[in-house]
Amino acid sequence: MNVIREIEKEQMRDDIPDVEPGDTVRVLVRVREGGRERLQPFEGVCIARKGGGIRETMTVRKVSGGVGVERIFPLHSPTVAEMKIIRKGKVRRAKLYYLRSLRGKKARIKEKRPS
Amino acid sequence: MLGLIGKKIGMTQLFDETGAIIPVTAIQAGPCPIVQVRTEERDGYRAVQLGFGAKKPRRSGKPETGHAAKASLDYVPAMLREFPLGDDDSLADDPHSPVPAAVSEASAPVDDDEAGEGEEGGSDAAAEADATVGEAASPEIADPRAGLRVGQVLTVSIFEPGERIRVTGDTKGRGFQGVVKRHRFAGFPKSHGHPFSRVPGSIGSGTDPSRVIKGRKMAGRMGGKRRTLRNLDVVKIDPERNLIFVRGSVPGAPNGWVFIRKQ
Repeated sequence: MNVIREIEKEQMRDDIPDVEPGDTVRVLVRVREGGRERLQPFEGVCIARKGGGIRETMTVRKVSGGVGVERIFPLHSPTVAEMKIIRKGKVRRAKLYYLRSLRGKKARIKEKRPS
Repeated sequence: MLGLIGKKIGMTQLFDETGAIIPVTAIQAGPCPIVQVRTEERDGYRAVQLGFGAKKPRRSGKPETGHAAKASLDYVPAMLREFPLGDDDSLADDPHSPVPAAVSEASAPVDDDEAGEGEEGGSDAAAEADATVGEAASPEIADPRAGLRVGQVLTVSIFEPGERIRVTGDTKGRGFQGVVKRHRFAGFPKSHGHPFSRVPGSIGSGTDPSRVIKGRKMAGRMGGKRRTLRNLDVVKIDPERNLIFVRGSVPGAPNGWVFIRKQ
């Protein structure tokens, strides 16, 4: 098992910020379009982190044109070009799936201020 | 049709250049010394016997120690297996005489016929210097194209990414299993008043044959059998750690023996 850990550790990235559920993040995704590569931003609230090690993923939710959009990012994938925390959120659970049934004012998250 | 003996390490994932996730099995394969060579003249068929791992000296019997010594090995491989040779695998002119062992080679002058095999002496000697401490100090890394002979060592570098291989191993033993798990029967509904959901149902007609036709799929022992998977993709090679990454799964549990062959 240690060998597997070693292999996975080598592939893991250390430039990923410590995003917690409730935080608003901006992810730049590498998109390949007809041989050309460009960066596509995706900004939303991190509602869940799942898995560990190389398999760790993060679910980001945003509401785009009145429609909820969620994307799951493998944190250590090379398709994630950059990840930035825009705003820290104050939440009391690890999975914010309840946001899916809320919209508008109720779907707001209080900002966490470092004190 | 060369191959290697290996040990299944376990499964993990790799990202390819597009960022797609490839599920892979890591196998520690080789270094495998050629312990014996079977030739057409002597044995009626062409094959090499490869060794893998090392037995503790106190667990090594005298006959097997002698057998290993014929290949200039100072340890007994934990596993020996023959791999048939294909038409494009060539043997050295005198395949039965061993390549000198690492120690004697360093002290004694290098044999002439060794230089004839196209091995770089300089890098060899350097590799030996830091490899002699390791359990399987490699006297000579075999180049399969140059002709094989006893005492040479095969490593994962005989494979390359993108190649198709066969992997043989013993599947995990699953004990006595019912027909749903063992033969993928669909079973019956679990609810809506069905009294039995995992039974095989009818096993044939009645009075006429008055027996069950041979080969009827029934419950019984499952797993623990030798199975070969063909057409597996080599995704990555790690010569430093003797690892080979194969797409998908491979028979057996982690730490089980597996045999890897070229297609």
